Amino acid sequence: MATSFLPPRHYLNEQYGITSWLLTRDHKRIALLFLSGVTFFFFIGGAFAVLIRLELATPVGDLVSDETYNKLFTMHGVAMVFFFLIPAIPSVLGNFLIPIMIGAKDLAFPKLNLTSWYIYMIGGLFTMYAIVTGGLDTGWTFYTPFSTVSSTTKVIPAALGIFITGFSSILTGLNFIVTIHRMRAPGMTWFRLPLFVWSHYATSLIMVLGTPVIAITILLVAAERVFRFGFFDPALGGDPVLFQHLFWFYSHPAVYIMVLPAMGVVSELVAAFCRKPVFGYTFVAFASLAIAVLGFLVWGHHMFVAGQSVYAALIFSILSFLVAIPSAVKVFNWTATMYKGSVAWETPMLYAIGFIGLFTIGGLTGLFLAAVGLNVHVTDTYFIVAHFHYIMVGGTIMGYLGGLHYWWPKISGRMYNEWLAKFSALVIFLGFNLTFFPQFIVGYLGMPRRYHAYPPEFQVLNVLSSAGASILGVGYLIPMAYLMWSLRYGRVAGSNPWGAVGLEWTTTSPPPTDNFATTPVVTWEAYDYQSTVDGQPSAAS
Amino acid sequence: MADVAHHPALAHQFDSLGQQTEAATLGMWVFLVTEVLFFGGLFLTYAVYRSFYPAAFSAASHELDILLGGINTAVLITSSLTMALAVHAAQLGQRRLLMIFLVVTMVLGTVFLGIKAVEYYHKFAEHHVPGATFQFEREHQRHAQIFFSLYFIMTGLHAIHMIIGIAVLLVMWIWAWRGRITSDYAGPIEISGLYWHFVDIVWIFLFPLLYLIGRHA
Repeated sequence: MATSFLPPRHYLNEQYGITSWLLTRDHKRIALLFLSGVTFFFFIGGAFAVLIRLELATPVGDLVSDETYNKLFTMHGVAMVFFFLIPAIPSVLGNFLIPIMIGAKDLAFPKLNLTSWYIYMIGGLFTMYAIVTGGLDTGWTFYTPFSTVSSTTKVIPAALGIFITGFSSILTGLNFIVTIHRMRAPGMTWFRLPLFVWSHYATSLIMVLGTPVIAITILLVAAERVFRFGFFDPALGGDPVLFQHLFWFYSHPAVYIMVLPAMGVVSELVAAFCRKPVFGYTFVAFASLAIAVLGFLVWGHHMFVAGQSVYAALIFSILSFLVAIPSAVKVFNWTATMYKGSVAWETPMLYAIGFIGLFTIGGLTGLFLAAVGLNVHVTDTYFIVAHFHYIMVGGTIMGYLGGLHYWWPKISGRMYNEWLAKFSALVIFLGFNLTFFPQFIVGYLGMPRRYHAYPPEFQVLNVLSSAGASILGVGYLIPMAYLMWSLRYGRVAGSNPWGAVGLEWTTTSPPPTDNFATTPVVTWEAYDYQSTVDGQPSAAS
Repeated sequence: MADVAHHPALAHQFDSLGQQTEAATLGMWVFLVTEVLFFGGLFLTYAVYRSFYPAAFSAASHELDILLGGINTAVLITSSLTMALAVHAAQLGQRRLLMIFLVVTMVLGTVFLGIKAVEYYHKFAEHHVPGATFQFEREHQRHAQIFFSLYFIMTGLHAIHMIIGIAVLLVMWIWAWRGRITSDYAGPIEISGLYWHFVDIVWIFLFPLLYLIGRHA
């Protein structure tokens, strides 16, 4: 039975005032700082998406000029990829939950964690400067030599912004790795860790191994653009394809930085709302690591038409197919967990189900792209756009929203309006599919991406997509409204509103600054629903 | 151990000083892994262009001053030795010796940067800085410019790492001077040493790649 009062002292009322936030070292407060940052960039990126879909409602380029359109899709991509999708789940939910889930007082390096937020914000400022002073038209991929020679837009401030933000990602990954290795509570062995922690461990490995490479690549782009140092410009003897190799060596694994944490969220949700341990726990845990490792070996599938040798293409193709194995292990194991489970259809579970379905579509269409022949047919069409939005929006954002709803009572201490939440989850699911499913078809029919005008025969599908986007946009605004509302008026949640197991549900909502009154000693396995009573391990276990 | 649990340097999130030192050490190793990948992008770029343009890279390599480069290599290796001695002194709680070795290490690092600046100045005077004023024998003009682009980026980033390293050692010197570093709290010196050795090792790869192997081609 939930109590009707918030705990007298918790991390939100421990201290008041703006400096208590801006100088905090509490991972929970830093998570909320990140929440404000990523939400801001989500709506910036979303605003560009609205303009893109408005332009594409008609075949002729009537709303914006072609140059402006190039800037719109570039800035949509930059804001969403680097400032929302990559930090969203790790820096908000991961930051908040990892120390609590492993029974620690904080991350290993709290000051570094705060530094990470400041670095993110400084990078964001540079990018915002690029956006408001004229924008950027290179595409989020910064392909050379266009980005180093031809483009007349704000490449340098935008590139600097991404370079700087990369260090935020590196430091967060480093902090998570050390924390998970060194800060686990007594009895919290590796194979008792929640799968959310495993997937963040795998994510952190990618952040730490991949991000430095994009950092040096961007630095080389900047040196070529500013000082005319020759690296990628053929006029200077450079090789533009080398840039693509370096870029995708990070940017393909970056997809897994976005989706692995969402998979971790889904594992938690499926277990909690089916009241069962995740089927094949160790397989799901190792699948995360397998995705992280394989993710580094498949970047060439972005370059099948970029002058790669046939042998290289075949090897990259085979390796890309292999990613399907650990991905499928996860999907099958979630499904097996739900099988004969007593599934509770609450809002977070709706998002989890949405994730599983949409990620499956995104993953299967990814296999189309791993096949060299099909890839050549659909390269640079809306099929690609649809595919990666199924992964990034259908996967990552579904997981993010599911996790945000699931842990919102823990973060804020209060419940949101369940009816509105279910309604908006449905609106988002329908709006999403209406937006992006037609893009598979229109792309397969041959509509290229990154053009502001298109032949009239593609209009019906594009109008459907634009209509879906407006539904999706509304779907995203509703949670924003009721989550804010719940902060003040929501019902008090109590420490374990879902009856879930996991250390985060054994402490108060919101948790105290040190997370636990005394360091917990873990004597039970992860998702031990069999031997628990009302979410607490029973005496018998 | 209960007696070290109340050490003044123990941060609140840790249970013991041992856990704190282990975490900091692991953190530095992970950071060095990111540095390997950071420089790795540069080494890859070097390898690609060297295999594309071996003749130009060889010609450009002959323009580097092997004597100054060699002296610098010796200076850096010596600084690694004094750094290791500083760590040893810290672990034994020999405060004066620790401070002396830290100063010597910083001085050697500064000498390295000074010699590097002289080399940069020569390259500037010889118009070997890439860009509009770049001049090189006609045959290799374009591709030698890539060599020098890599030379300046690689050694420049290395020099920035050296400057950061000297700044870190300066902080460590102040900590040692104030008596914060003790035999049971030598961790900060150890992880600063890890960083210093890493920066040296980068140079151990840069020196042969940029100065030496071109001479035999």
